[in-house]
Amino acid sequence: MDILVCIKRIPDISGQITLDASGTDIDDSGLGHTASAHEECAVELAIQTAAATGGKVTVLTLGPAEAVEQLRAAVGVGANDGILIETEDPGAFGPEDIAQIIGDVIRDRAEGGQSFDLVLLGNDAADTGDFQVPIRLAYDLEYPVLTGIQTLSASAGSDSDSSGSSAGGSIEARGIGPAGTEIFSLELPAVIAVQEGGVDPRYPSITGRMKAKKARIAEYVAPEPGAGNPRIGLELPPDTANEVTILGEGPDAAGALVDVLEEIGVIRS
Amino acid sequence: MTLVFVETDENGEVALTSAEALTFARTNASALLPQLPDGAPDTSREVAAPPSGSTEAVVVGPLSEEAVGELSRLGVSRIHHLESADLEAYSAPAWAQAIVDIAPETGAVLASGTPRGMELMTHVAMRTGERMAANVVAADEEGLLRQVLGGAAFERLQLDGDLQVLTLAGHACNPEETTPTTPEILTHSPESAAEDLRTRVVRTEVETAADNDTSGLTQARAVVGAGRGVGSENGFGEVLELVDHLGGALGVSRVVTGLGWRPHSEQVGQTGSRITPDVYIACGISGAIQHMAGIEGAKTLIAINTDEESTMVQRADYAIIGDLHEVVGAVNEEIRSRRG
Repeated sequence: MDILVCIKRIPDISGQITLDASGTDIDDSGLGHTASAHEECAVELAIQTAAATGGKVTVLTLGPAEAVEQLRAAVGVGANDGILIETEDPGAFGPEDIAQIIGDVIRDRAEGGQSFDLVLLGNDAADTGDFQVPIRLAYDLEYPVLTGIQTLSASAGSDSDSSGSSAGGSIEARGIGPAGTEIFSLELPAVIAVQEGGVDPRYPSITGRMKAKKARIAEYVAPEPGAGNPRIGLELPPDTANEVTILGEGPDAAGALVDVLEEIGVIRS
Repeated sequence: MTLVFVETDENGEVALTSAEALTFARTNASALLPQLPDGAPDTSREVAAPPSGSTEAVVVGPLSEEAVGELSRLGVSRIHHLESADLEAYSAPAWAQAIVDIAPETGAVLASGTPRGMELMTHVAMRTGERMAANVVAADEEGLLRQVLGGAAFERLQLDGDLQVLTLAGHACNPEETTPTTPEILTHSPESAAEDLRTRVVRTEVETAADNDTSGLTQARAVVGAGRGVGSENGFGEVLELVDHLGGALGVSRVVTGLGWRPHSEQVGQTGSRITPDVYIACGISGAIQHMAGIEGAKTLIAINTDEESTMVQRADYAIIGDLHEVVGAVNEEIRSRRG
């Protein structure tokens, strides 16, 4: 089964964030970059599923030239090759645009003989949190779509045939629903949005790192945004002056803490 | 009119998150109407729009008397009750189409930002040709404000369509009851297109739910959080004893689940659970924004940390500076001795 995983380069934020001069994006100068946690799990699921069915994994991103780092990182853990759709201004694109552009690239690859049985994405990007690209992409491709999926198992007969074309087949997908683990059985090709929690992303091996350096990355240039980004601007939460009450240092402060817990009324009698 | 997708729990009661969404819809009714350039009402339509400002609810599956009562107290004027064989098992496109069929042409459709809510509203947006805004926290004449970066920043945006499709961020609004209404109940039994049933739930494994059950965490009045500072998989003894004394739940940072020390179901933060306890006691957690995103709903925040300058201590209401094992051990002992 040949699988495409769509990932996104995002700033690796842990502390305070600041806005750039335009006020429409965060200032990511000086920050490292990574892919979203959900996407790392999607890459892991893709590698496992491709290995089980004898297929290949391709990673795709829309972003600046530097986003090739995230593609190479995915190759480093086991993806086979990458696709970069380059734009210097990813923030200009709304979820509609991104879905449309990825859809166009998927169709272009299919014409060139590279078709995907399964397209995986993260459930939502950690920065914009739009929750829309997987579903919008599925409508564009006219594929069925699931979101919030944590594990996958390919059913028998889901291998690509020897010609490498999308030969159909199905996949079982599991995610957490309100009443327990929900199981879906999906005909391929399909789009699936992956949620963190079902698999642990692997670390790159030495040979993986070597392979990543030589990874084959197909390049596209992103077209002008269509619908565009509905964002008017970003705002940071007001910096509320917080007065922390230090109850003390070390075990001697335990009594003061228990007083607070008693006041709140959360200690079981 | 604003149509709200309402989720009910296993007892048939309106989910807290849906009560939040209904309250948001009611209290932001005018801001949720489409914004015209001159602010004037849209008189170009031949069909009269439903009375603006009203809130209608859509419930899929069983509709209990308790839920009807609660919807009445939340100011719902009309309940659309969807019940059909095709909708019995969840399939997002089928449910979304049923919602689209009763959605107003002008106004808003919204849901709480739960997994179901997010998925359904995106399908609704696709099927109505609208944009969608996820995790909205406020609406006014200038547009919408939504959470991004897991709540560390807000995005101001404008949806330009006649129908605003959005989800509400959890805890963006407190549920508030109003003068009870006498809601009209309309029952619909839609048939779904075969294509929309391809993604239906084949079966649900309830027996494995315990492994993934986050309800203890999201409903606990007291949550004890543990981070990397715990030190190892075997370092949770004191923390778990404190959880027990408080009849609460354990919540952990992403580092802890990443290291495989605890299951993902216990993770609190942007990609874990978002919690709203009366008290959150963060033990050895520095306060990365991804973690803070999950605990902003905590009423009282207590930090136990060796680093006085850490974000967690700076954001806390109360803090003890010290090693978590020593401090939590002493707290447990104090609770035991007071209990006698």
